[in-house]
Amino acid sequence: MRIHLTLPVLAAACTGLFGLAIGLALFYAPEDADQGLSQRIFYFHVPLALTAYACFGWGAWKALKYLRTRDERADLESYVAIHQGVIFGALTLLTGSIWARVSWGVWWSWGEDELVLFLVLFLFYCAYFMLRFSVDAGPARANMSAVYALFGVVLIPVSFLAIRLSKQFIHPVVFKLDGPQMTGSQFFTFCVCLAAMLTLFATLYAIELAGKRLDRSLRELKELLTA
Amino acid sequence: MTYASDVAALARKDLLLELRAKETLPSMLLFVIAALTIFHFALPTGTSDVAARGLLWAALIFTALLGLTRAFVAEREQSMFDALILTPVDRSAIWLGKAIAVFAFLVAAEVVALPAFAAFFHGLDGRTVAAVVLADIGICTVGTLFGAMAVAGRARELLLPLLFLPMAIPIVVGGVGGFLWFLVLYDAIFALLSWAAFEYVVSEV
Amino acid sequence: MTQSEKYTAAAYLVVFLGVLVYVVIIGSKLQRLQREVEQLVALVKEKRTDG
Repeated sequence: MRIHLTLPVLAAACTGLFGLAIGLALFYAPEDADQGLSQRIFYFHVPLALTAYACFGWGAWKALKYLRTRDERADLESYVAIHQGVIFGALTLLTGSIWARVSWGVWWSWGEDELVLFLVLFLFYCAYFMLRFSVDAGPARANMSAVYALFGVVLIPVSFLAIRLSKQFIHPVVFKLDGPQMTGSQFFTFCVCLAAMLTLFATLYAIELAGKRLDRSLRELKELLTA
Repeated sequence: MTYASDVAALARKDLLLELRAKETLPSMLLFVIAALTIFHFALPTGTSDVAARGLLWAALIFTALLGLTRAFVAEREQSMFDALILTPVDRSAIWLGKAIAVFAFLVAAEVVALPAFAAFFHGLDGRTVAAVVLADIGICTVGTLFGAMAVAGRARELLLPLLFLPMAIPIVVGGVGGFLWFLVLYDAIFALLSWAAFEYVVSEV
Repeated sequence: MTQSEKYTAAAYLVVFLGVLVYVVIIGSKLQRLQREVEQLVALVKEKRTDG
């Protein structure tokens, strides 16, 4: 199967990119004038966020595929992608929180759009797992998971808009994360980190998928043998 | 039978059932008044109007959840789902009929809740009432779909709030801020999605 | 270390640990799968000697 050839290559690419990314982020990129060293957290935090979006998007794509083809494998792929998304999302929240702490002294800032959005998405996709645990395996569960995954991906822009709007009646923005008004070398570092994160997603996704498929095959084998 | 008459028949069935059983609506009414009372005690004096208005939305969302949780339980307990699916109605008609029924319950509860809120806290303007109606549409369309999902699993009453509350966040924002256009946008997008997706949720139960 | 350095290191550490935890989980899953495969091999051998 394709996985046998792709996985070591992916993992190697991931390792290489990550080594490069960390090196660039810590040593090469220039120090930020305002925030100093802690700005370097940004090189991981934002790629984590973008990768999480990619995970949820990929999961929704596979969910759509499942609803069209009823292929069990698409359901599994969707599930694994969303699982990865929750992991990356949790890491986004953690690194974002640390950044808020070091930049502004608070562990959380409701004024930070992206963090609030991730909180909402985190809640939503954790419920995805509750849904999966609550229903027995089978086409019903796969159908519902797929529908929910699609709702999630549509919720992303809607929630973002809502959070933006909510700032009109909630505390005005006091703290702000710096957008990419980055210099060339900063942008390059950022891109490498983003590539590293996406490759990490691809690698972990392939590993988890392989593991789950192996699980399934073994179960089938067991049934065949004990029948 | 046309689609519209199917939907009307299904909605009427739910309304008649409720009229006889008198379970869901009284609970919702009692709950919303109790919630508003608790909120009164929860708010210190001098709390701004906006804060109180925000709590109205919290009360409405949780009252709606109460109604939604009940929405499919009857079908589940009496195995009516299979029967419904065997009838020659479009699956989405089941969803629409149910959503309309829940909407009716919610509006009925609000007919009491909104004046109570106006009396307990402060007056309501037309904009808030419009926002409530628009929000109800969003709540009922999405909530009915998720209610069907929740009922299929083991956790049921536990699951629906978990599934629904993240979706309710934009509704609350739209309501508290009075962003009517946003509520219309939300309703349009998610009603369409729910309408299209319901078939998949109940196709294998 | 300054505050800034501590927190930056913490952020990078969090990501690193996150991935490592994942590796641990995969490792234990792999062990379980290996055990199951061994069980199945034994099962097949049994059937061979029976049949």
